[in-house]
Amino acid sequence: MDTPKIEIALTVNGARHDIAVAPWETLLDVLRERLHLTGSKKGCDQGQCGACTVLVDGERINSCLALAVSRDGAAITTVEGLAEGGELHPLQAAFIEHDAFQCGYCTPGQLCSGVALLHEGRAQTREDIRELMSGNLCRCGAYTNIADAIETALNRQNAGREAAE
Amino acid sequence: MIRFDYVRANSVAEAVTALSSPGTRALAGGTNLVDLMKYDVMKPRRVVDINRLPLKDISERDSGGLRIGALVTNSALAWDARIAKRYPLLASAILAGASPQLRNAATTGGNLLQRTRCYYFYDTSTPCNKRDRGAGCSAIGGINRIHAVLGASDSCIAVHPSDMCVALAALDAEVEVEGPQGVRTITFPEFHRLPADDPQQDNTMRADELITAVILPPADFGRNHTYLKVRDRLSYAFALVSVAAALEMRDGIVRDARVALGGVAHKPWRDKEAEGLLKGERPDETTFRAFAERLMRDAKGQGQNDFKIELARRTILRALMQAAAGTPQNQSDKVIR
Repeated sequence: MDTPKIEIALTVNGARHDIAVAPWETLLDVLRERLHLTGSKKGCDQGQCGACTVLVDGERINSCLALAVSRDGAAITTVEGLAEGGELHPLQAAFIEHDAFQCGYCTPGQLCSGVALLHEGRAQTREDIRELMSGNLCRCGAYTNIADAIETALNRQNAGREAAE
Repeated sequence: MIRFDYVRANSVAEAVTALSSPGTRALAGGTNLVDLMKYDVMKPRRVVDINRLPLKDISERDSGGLRIGALVTNSALAWDARIAKRYPLLASAILAGASPQLRNAATTGGNLLQRTRCYYFYDTSTPCNKRDRGAGCSAIGGINRIHAVLGASDSCIAVHPSDMCVALAALDAEVEVEGPQGVRTITFPEFHRLPADDPQQDNTMRADELITAVILPPADFGRNHTYLKVRDRLSYAFALVSVAAALEMRDGIVRDARVALGGVAHKPWRDKEAEGLLKGERPDETTFRAFAERLMRDAKGQGQNDFKIELARRTILRALMQAAAGTPQNQSDKVIR
């Protein structure tokens, strides 16, 4: 088809990219194949596994089901953008502490999803964490340690907020 | 992924104009449409992106209800303070479905237009009347464990996959659509349709119409309600059977009752005649069992899904007991009490 490519602007991990995309290119494919940010993974490519989870304007979505062209102007954070100033994000540190991965393929999605969960502030119990992480599958079955890591990060975040009050 | 043209609508009128040219589909969150385009199940020639339209507000209506813009995301709706307080049944049903990532992208209008999750509808190597009218139904006599037990036809036994719509059916919501002839409102029972001989048609909208809002009438089901969903996994799975129940109770007697079923038919299933059986009755097991029997009276299994009929009866009973007791199902702690 001779549909011309469409110019869009994406701010990814703080850097602006002006890029021409075909209508059928997904955000995931643009991030991986065009911007060479291969942290976000293509697992099922159907919105079922969550390995492609990124933050778009602060909210977690499945980038495999988003057309890049419809996200024109968005600010995107991928796993590559979670650390700041050489310091791991507290959730990344907690993942290491709790050995919250085996093969690691789902980890970028788990991290982006978990960072959003911490920001959303809706999880209060272990059951809430499990439920609100249900969109991220781990074929190795590292769920116990993943939930532990998020619980640790959540407790630290809550403790930090109480200390600040 | 299929190849298609892309236009971006800057107004509802522009979107409606774009939709009037054949082969054009509206794109909102994309969580269902993009998936179906990847697998050649839906093949629009052109997509009109409606994400810039001003349909993202939840507003008060003069009559006391709420108007939900078609582009309000499932997350924004479920976590809205007004919804949580006045329509907790709706919030609960939304949170019983999909995942946080999907709910952040999926919209109110899009949820209504979800296509079935019938395996054969997705598998383009098999005949399917919903994809290709007249091709035949592979689910009839095939693998049909998840399929319909109510309202099915010889052409199609698919079920509607939405949780949100089951609650909207119970709440007597209405759907506002806009087309070239202007705006019209479709009642919820009339919006989705049974498959009959043309299962390719999921609803009664015309191709050149766009959903602009969902209207919630005033309701007083803040206390006696529940959304009870039974599925193969604890989370992130479509319903085998779900029940949205809302009761209005006074002096220990049921004054009004709304019960909608998900996972059992081509549309959210309600039977207002059967609901009449509950009015004026005491909210006890005997009453609820009789109601469940009546609601499932015409149910017909396809073999592998016969279990759904008894499962539905039991889920209806349990949901009504939860609603009557004012102890709605928790969507995080999945223990059914």
